[in-house]
Formats: sequence, structure tokens, C-alpha cells
Amino acid sequence: MNVRFSLLAVIILVLIPLGAVGGANWRYLFGIVIPYTAFGVFLFGFSYRVFQWGRSPVPFRIPTTCGQQKSLPWIKGNFLENPSSGAAVFARMALEILLFRSLFRNTKVALVGQRPVYGGAKWLWLAGLTFHWSFLFVLLRHLRFFTTPIPSWVDVLTKIDGFFEIGVPTLFLTDAALLLAVTYLFLRRMVIPQLRYISLPADYFPLFLILGVVLSGILMRHFYKVDLFRVKELASGWFRFTPVIPDGIGLPFYVHLFLVCVLLAYFPLSKLMHMGGVFLSPTRNLANNSRTRRHINPWNYPVKVHTYEEYEDEFRDKMKAAGLPVEKE
Amino acid sequence: MSLVKVRKPDELTQINFDPPRTGWMSTPVEFRPGTWCYSAAPKNLKYLDLPNPREWQPSDADWKLPLNWKEIILEGFKERLEKYRSFRLFMDICVRCGACADKCHFFIGSGDPKNMPVLRAELLRSIYRRYFTTSGKIMGKLGGARELTVDVLKEWFYYFYQCTECRRCSVFCPYGIDQAEITMIGRELLNLVGCNINWILEPAANCFRTGNHLGLQPHGIKDMMDFFADDIEDRTGIRVEVPINKKGAEILFVTPSGDLFADPGTFTCMGYLMLFHEIGLNYTWSTYASEGGNFGLFSSHELMKRLNAKIYDEARRLGVKWILGGECGHMWRVLHQYMDTMNGPADFLEEPVSPLTGTKFENARSTKMVHITEFTADLIRHNRLQLDPSRNDHLKVTFHDSCNPARAMGLFEEPRYVIKKVCNHFYEMPENTIREQTFCCGGGAGLGTDENMEVRMRGGFPRANAVKFVQEKHGVNRLACICAIDRATLHSLMEYWVPGVEVTGVHEMVANALVMKGEKKRIVGLRGEPLSGTEASKDV
Repeated sequence: MNVRFSLLAVIILVLIPLGAVGGANWRYLFGIVIPYTAFGVFLFGFSYRVFQWGRSPVPFRIPTTCGQQKSLPWIKGNFLENPSSGAAVFARMALEILLFRSLFRNTKVALVGQRPVYGGAKWLWLAGLTFHWSFLFVLLRHLRFFTTPIPSWVDVLTKIDGFFEIGVPTLFLTDAALLLAVTYLFLRRMVIPQLRYISLPADYFPLFLILGVVLSGILMRHFYKVDLFRVKELASGWFRFTPVIPDGIGLPFYVHLFLVCVLLAYFPLSKLMHMGGVFLSPTRNLANNSRTRRHINPWNYPVKVHTYEEYEDEFRDKMKAAGLPVEKE
Repeated sequence: MSLVKVRKPDELTQINFDPPRTGWMSTPVEFRPGTWCYSAAPKNLKYLDLPNPREWQPSDADWKLPLNWKEIILEGFKERLEKYRSFRLFMDICVRCGACADKCHFFIGSGDPKNMPVLRAELLRSIYRRYFTTSGKIMGKLGGARELTVDVLKEWFYYFYQCTECRRCSVFCPYGIDQAEITMIGRELLNLVGCNINWILEPAANCFRTGNHLGLQPHGIKDMMDFFADDIEDRTGIRVEVPINKKGAEILFVTPSGDLFADPGTFTCMGYLMLFHEIGLNYTWSTYASEGGNFGLFSSHELMKRLNAKIYDEARRLGVKWILGGECGHMWRVLHQYMDTMNGPADFLEEPVSPLTGTKFENARSTKMVHITEFTADLIRHNRLQLDPSRNDHLKVTFHDSCNPARAMGLFEEPRYVIKKVCNHFYEMPENTIREQTFCCGGGAGLGTDENMEVRMRGGFPRANAVKFVQEKHGVNRLACICAIDRATLHSLMEYWVPGVEVTGVHEMVANALVMKGEKKRIVGLRGEPLSGTEASKDV
């Protein structure tokens, strides 16, 4: 149900530009209005969500410690897994964000002879890492459509990506990797019963959407070729705020562009916001130094306590009888 | 222990990880005996001024909620989204990758899909989406949103009191989403409409009034201490002094009251008394702040603060220089991550310095509170203790990292250093079950009661299974820990899953190995068992 709904939604999203651009020729809408709107929604939505998180304070210092604390001088602290300084937190966060450190720990439990056994399970980490890094590479490669002259590092990146020179035009490794990773992430959601049980349409939809973006991109490069000079004309027009619709950009481009626009607009409304959230997670981005430096809670308020005086008033006689010192005789 | 009601271990291990056919939103919770805890007695709520005191039980159809319960919950929800970035973020950014799913001891031991941390969190997230996000309001169930009903509330109760706030899932989450944080907020919401359990609120009410969870009154504490001193004299020939409420002492010692009351915690407590006597520490116990543990943590941040306030207040009244804390798990979550923020600054105290070694505990320079294993490790490192580890040669020891000192502090090496210096046979459990990956005893976060024994045994299964592994491989017969709840709950767990393994605090082993000045020939240990290398043990 959840899968079918999401798949159907993405199919409809593919059909929309096919009909509207191919049939009704609404190129201005799909080439200019929708991209601007989508980008605007993305920027505003993303900022708003981050602002919303930022508005909620961090009342307590609650890092999850995954290594030895810094305590006595002769005990070696693990600064990466249990940072006690800002620099160490930076390193921990870099590991998390660039290499998915926590996901690398992943294990899988199996029952062997009615007893749990814990095995390594690195596939999710590998697929996740491949997916995100490939996505980033692909995104950076696309800069060549927006810049003149093309920065040399984008060229270098593109050369590396096409290093093996398979086919004409060269197959980009990151395209293949991205496709494989998305497929894996989708299949595991379908195949692992527990994962299937917890999956919502909001989990399948972005996968299908990204798959659509990648496939339309690959199709456009290798099979239904579009005129890249015209595409670049359009793309640089957006950035000069003087967009024009050049003639002769093929239909596959509009499908690709429309799916990207949907992804951008959907981003701030969805779990994809983990991209921003991962930086703000209080269990990771705080130093474990709450005994060294006082953390301030901005909304700390006085509470009703049971004072020593009240306590002694109730138990004074018993305390005296037991020979315990009291404040008031 | 009421194991009568619990099925045999063989039956309990028939675990099926496959989820049911019905979707989780349409699978209502069933309150089967052995899986839930009794409701809090109205007198305890009244004593703490908590809302909606009444007679009820979770198995009742009618929970006697206030008429406007829904408003209260949603208002409370909104307030907490605005107060805790953690909560808001953890509602928003989960991608349901499932990395946490099989990390929860309750899931491993039960196979109940709602015990996967991700799904336990979705119980709250579905309500968050419905009432606090635009997409949830529009999309409804397709957007993963659902209406807040009494059934949802019951589900919260069942599963938030089936989470021990151990933070193991948070170690594996790529975004550090911490189920403990979500459970804490979930329980706060439940508390707003009076849905709480007695095993948490009775200790909390006791603690508020008498200073400790067990409700020991000052003269009772004095009696216990005298009793311990008698026992110690019997074992060692030395009469230890036990200073109580002593003004002007250098150090205030605070530990969980559970160790004053029940074996084997009592032996740990005697261990402290012997150690402090031997090194001539100028310290004091307090009857007012006679509790290190904090059952407020299991109800709400506010209650946590109310109970915790006594420690600094008492330190100020007694005029001590700094505070030493005993072996306890949740206690150290509060002391390490909350106390200074909630009830500090402790600027009336001094930066802790060991009076024996001169070591400055720089890692505690703001809270002024030092963990006993940090203190003892430092003593041993500086050769201030004369130890005979061979007295513990009859023990084959493994160490259970308690959840909170492990994942909310990173206290791994200090206890291990102490253990290795006081006993010769130490074996680690498998690496996926210790240190930051340690498994809960199954009874943490206020769930260590008897009526939910089945859930405890299930939740403790992964821990027990690891102990069994080292029992089979190395003949381990003693499970050491640094937590009072562990000492109370692991005992039942071992009896059920791993007979032949007994539970001990680290300082019980320290005391047995401690060579005291002027002691008589030590024949038996604190629990009366023959010590190795003595006449008594040779006779056996």
C-alpha cells in the first residue's frame, strides 16, 4: 500500500511534464516558473526548519558517550568518541557527517540456537555512504551547467568520475553508484520484514523520486540526448535572473528538471531535513564536559523542594534519640 | 522473587522477530499480566503534588482521565517542543533506516516490533505529525499521522514503561536520536494526566520526605550503619566509625539507599565503610541527602530537579569541601549531566582534591562531585591501599557496564582498573555487549519491580546471555557492576537465566582484598563466604 502509493505518485510526477511540455508546450512554466518556485520553497523551507530547531534551546548537556571519558591523567580518554573540548567535538561531528561513524557500528542480531548472536552489518553503512557521496559528486558535476568558464576543479572531478571511459559518452561512476545505492536502499526496505513494517510512504516516496531523477538523468545522457548547450543557456539564465527558454531542449530534460524541482520543494517538508538536523543533534554535537563547566539552561526555574528544616522538624525527636546532631535542639 | 508467574526460560526464548500482519497503527496493545507495572498509589501523587491522583490500574478499561486530557497532552507536547531542541529534532529527522531496531534489549528479548526504538518513537511522532506539522494535518495516515485517542495513550504507557532509557539505540543512530530522551518526554506527558507507576512514584515520594527512596528515617539509617559496623567487626576485628550528618567534614558521601537495605548492595556499602576507615577519610553520610539515585529522572525533569536539590543543599549546610558519589547508574546520569545545570552552581564548594594523593579531580571542577571508582582508582594508582587480590581467587569475575555511566559519562577504565587490582581472574564479555554497547539489566528506569517480571527477564536476556557465554567459556561465577539497580535486578536475572553466577559491587571486592591495619586473620568475606588462601577455604 505505502509502496504502491509512493510509486504511483512518482509516475504521475513523470507524466505531468510529459503532458504539459510535450503536449501543451508549457515550457515557460516548467522551465522557469516552477524551478524558481521550487528553489524558493527549498531555501525558505530549509531555513525555516533550521530556525525552528534553533529557537528551541538545549537545556541540558546530553552527549551520548561512546568511549572512555577524560578523567584521571593516566587514563587515556577517547577524544573522538567522547569529546571533552570543542575541537574534539568538531572531529567527532566531522566523522559523523563525512563518514557516518555511528552507522559504521551497526550490528545485526540473529538467533542461533535460541540465543542472540551479534554479527557485523556494514551494508547499510556502505550503501548510505555511497548514496550520499555519489549524490554530492553528481551535484558538483552539474556546476558545469551553471558556470562560465567552468572551474577547473569541476573539470577534474568530472574526469575522475569518468576515469574508466566506459562507453560513449563516458559512463560516470557516480551515476552508476547512485543508482545501485538507491536500489539497495529500496530493496532492503522491501525485503527486511521489520523495516517494511516501519516504512511509511514518506520513506518510499523520496527513494522513488530520487530514482526518477537519476534515471531521467542517465537516459538523457546516454539514450535520449538533449542539446547541452541549450540547457546551459537556460541554466545560466536562471542565475543572471534573465531566464530565456532556448528552443530545442528535448522533453527528457523537462522530466528531469521537474522531478528535481519536486525534490527541492519536498525537501523541507520531509525527513530529508536530516541533512540539516544532523549538525544540531545534542547527543553528538556537545562536549562531555558537564562536570567541568556548568551548562546553562535558559528556562531553569525554581521548584518546590523539601527543605532540611522541614525534614528536621518531622524527625527531630527520632534524630536526637538516635544521637544524631540536629540544628535546633 | 515472583518468578512463579513467569514462564520457563525455554518458552521465553521462543522469540519471533517477524512483525504481525496488521500494521502498527491498527494493532492495539494488550495488557497481559507480567508485562506492565502497577499504577501509582494516589497518596504518592498527592505527596508530590502531581495531577490526577486516583485509584486505577492499566488493565482497567477506564483510566479515569481528566475530561480535558487531550488538551493537556497536546499543550504539554507543544511546550516541550519549544523547550527541548532534542525533542523537536528527534521528532523531525528520523529516516527510519532501522539501524536502531535490533539494538534494544526489549526487542531482542521479545520480538515485539513496537520495542524497536524507531517504532517506539513513532508512537509519539505520529501524534506530532498530526497536530504539529502541516504535511501530517493534510496527509493524515498516509503522512504517518494519526489521531490522539485513549488507545494511543495506553500504547504510550505500555511502551514508555517498557524502555529503560539505556541509550543503546542512540549509539548506533546516525543522527544520535536518543530514545531515552523520547521516553523521558513521553513519560512526562503521561504524568500530566496522572498515568504513572507506583514503583517509580513511591520511591520518589519517599525520597522527597525522608531523603531516600526506601523511606528510611534518620534513626533507621543509624541502625543500619551500626549493623554494618558490627558485621565488619565480626569479619575483620576492626570497629569502623560511621560519621553521620557531621558538620565540617571534608567530604559528603552520597550513594543509593538501596545499598543500605538489600543484599548484595549492603556488602558494597560495607566496602565503602571499610575503605574510608582504612584511609582515615574525613567524611560524612547524610540522612537528609541519603539518596544518590533519582527516581525523578523516570518521571519528569521537574521531579528530578526537586529530588536532586538536596545534595547541594546538604553539602552547603554541612560545610563540606566536595562530594563523593557511590556506585550507581542513573544516579550518575543525573549527577553528571543534570545536577550542575539544574541546581548549581556549586560555587560554595571547592575543587575536589584527594586528601590522600593530592590528585586534583579536574574533570569534576564545576560539579565538585567525584565518582567512587575515580577516587579508588587514584588511590590504588598511588599505592595508598594495601591489597591482597588472591583473597578473591575463588571469584571468576566479569564486569557489567551500567548503561548510564557507560553512555552518559564514559566511565569504562576506572572500574576495570580497580577490579583488576583487587582480583586475579577477570574476563570480559563479548565486545558487542560491553562498554558503550553494554546491555541493560532489563529493570532500569524504574522498571525493576516484580509484577512485570516477564518483561524484565526478556529485556535482561541479552545481558544474561553474554554472562552465560563467559560462564561457559571461563567458568565466571561473579558478575560485578557499579549500579544499585543492577545489584537489585541482576540477581533475579542470573537466577533465572544463568544460575551459579552471583552479583557484586566493585567495592565489595575491594574491601575483601583490602589489608587493613590491625585486622585479624580474614577468613570469610563480607557475605560470609570463605576467602581464598585462608584456612576456611582450604577446608572446603
